[in-house]
Amino acid sequence: MNYFKHDFASLHELLVNKELSVTDLTQQTFDNIEKRDQKIGAFLSLNKEAALEQAAQLDQVGVAADNILSGIPLGIKDNIVTKNLKTTAASRILANFNPIYDATVMEKLHALQTITVGKTNMDEFAMGGSTENSAFQLTKNAWNQAKVPGGSSGGSAAAVASGEVIAALGSDTGGSIRQPASYNGIVGVKPTYGRVSRYGLIAFASSLDQIGPFTRTVKDNAILLNAISGLDPHDSTSSNHAIPDFTAKLNGDIKGMKIAVPKEYMGEGVAPEVREGIKNTIAVFEKLGATVTEVSLPHSKYGVPVYYIIASSEASSNLQRFDGIRYGHRAADVKNLEDVYVKSRSEGFGDEVKRRIMLGTFSLSAGTYDAFFKKAAQVRTLICQDFANIFSDYDLILGPTSPTTAFGIGEDINDPVTMYMNDILTIPVNLAGLPGMSLPAGFTKGLPIGMQLIANRFDEETMYRAGYAFEQATDFHKEVPTFGGKINEF
Amino acid sequence: MAISASEVKHVASLAKLAFTDEELQKFTGQMDEIIEMVQQLSEVNTDGIPVTTSVTDAIGVMREDVTVSGTSREELMKNVPQHQDGYIKVPAIIDESEEA
Repeated sequence: MNYFKHDFASLHELLVNKELSVTDLTQQTFDNIEKRDQKIGAFLSLNKEAALEQAAQLDQVGVAADNILSGIPLGIKDNIVTKNLKTTAASRILANFNPIYDATVMEKLHALQTITVGKTNMDEFAMGGSTENSAFQLTKNAWNQAKVPGGSSGGSAAAVASGEVIAALGSDTGGSIRQPASYNGIVGVKPTYGRVSRYGLIAFASSLDQIGPFTRTVKDNAILLNAISGLDPHDSTSSNHAIPDFTAKLNGDIKGMKIAVPKEYMGEGVAPEVREGIKNTIAVFEKLGATVTEVSLPHSKYGVPVYYIIASSEASSNLQRFDGIRYGHRAADVKNLEDVYVKSRSEGFGDEVKRRIMLGTFSLSAGTYDAFFKKAAQVRTLICQDFANIFSDYDLILGPTSPTTAFGIGEDINDPVTMYMNDILTIPVNLAGLPGMSLPAGFTKGLPIGMQLIANRFDEETMYRAGYAFEQATDFHKEVPTFGGKINEF
Repeated sequence: MAISASEVKHVASLAKLAFTDEELQKFTGQMDEIIEMVQQLSEVNTDGIPVTTSVTDAIGVMREDVTVSGTSREELMKNVPQHQDGYIKVPAIIDESEEA
């Protein structure tokens, strides 16, 4: 199946008209993965037998005309628990973990009859921005296999960008959906905090984590967010806010829309070619009838330190559950219970996870709590206020997703601070709980540039509307990676 | 130095992690760099600013106090590394060498 030539609607039409069976579509998806994933490394595990069985069952009853996602094969990030399908969060400590329940998003997708083809690679416990922190394998950028796919949801992004699957789910704590979407030239959305249930998402930083969709078009993204949104009694932070049909306002009309561009998002830390690309997108929006104004988010430069204290503190608490007792790796050769804890954790966690547990434990400990955790939580308030000020006057914020395009594999891995700065433009959005989207906005040296759109809380509609109008006015989303010029041989 | 090797060792013991001397050296250097980076927050005036620890409107969600069926013990034991007769097996809690 050539997913570069399809979207959900065109696949749905083929399935409903029985020009294509769900079994064939599913088998062809596995063929795509077999052909391409040796180069890309997007999948940690495949669900072939169960997926084909489910496809055959669906073929017997037929795909309902009013259920656009029925029979659509999807990739799922490996920190979303899937019943009876190994879920590792790309960590040795969960190398053999078989969940006994489904995440709420999986229950919702099953109800809509999507097909889970496999679990995608990621930075261990979603901690990282390159997928190099996976305990199991590297994933390569779909456009240039010497480059990282971004992260932490690098596997999901690369799987979609290389045409292995049409869509995938990821999670975003500080940019882990938007940054890999940017690096791979596809559409990635982090919904408003509370829009999507976190039940069954292996917790990293509970006040920041959100699950969201990766797709090749804005409309498909809206369709997939429709499917996974909603209040969940299993997640008390999920919201009962009304859920509009996110596809309803995709009509290309954004006349009069007020767009703000923070000057901090176009400053010196952003690569000139990325800045240039974003300036071109501004011209497109103006041509479409939007007004674009420069504004200031004065505290956004503190986003990275605030994030690393808060996310690490929450992680150090969340990851205490990995103690070698009830699930996960248990060290051999232990003398007492303390040994089980210390050895299981020390053997099971990778270095980046240990660094963050350490930073979090340090930030929360007596003597440092006020200067670190409390201080960060106060500056977080100022960051939220900055955004609130902008959204009292504007509909949308626009800027780059990441300061650079995809960097080389191995380039930053030993320098945590440089690696952390890659998230400077995405992190403030998580701290304030806002929805954010990355979509293709140009290319430089054969690598995609990502534009980020940020909306007010629970206003994904405006974000999708603007993204769709931009997409219809440009051709960037039609570019596909050529893999040395020959898609078919790749 | 913002943090010393002995402080890092102390934090590791709180976090139930152990490092070799070589790892300790590497982690101390990296932690030091990270702590230096986060210390730029001290330049922000936060007098009287409340903390934000959650960005949800819903605080303290209530539900009806009704019983619902839970997960069976058999299911829950599926990922337990060692168990016997429906109980989780762990090594001795008290280190016998300390008992005398």
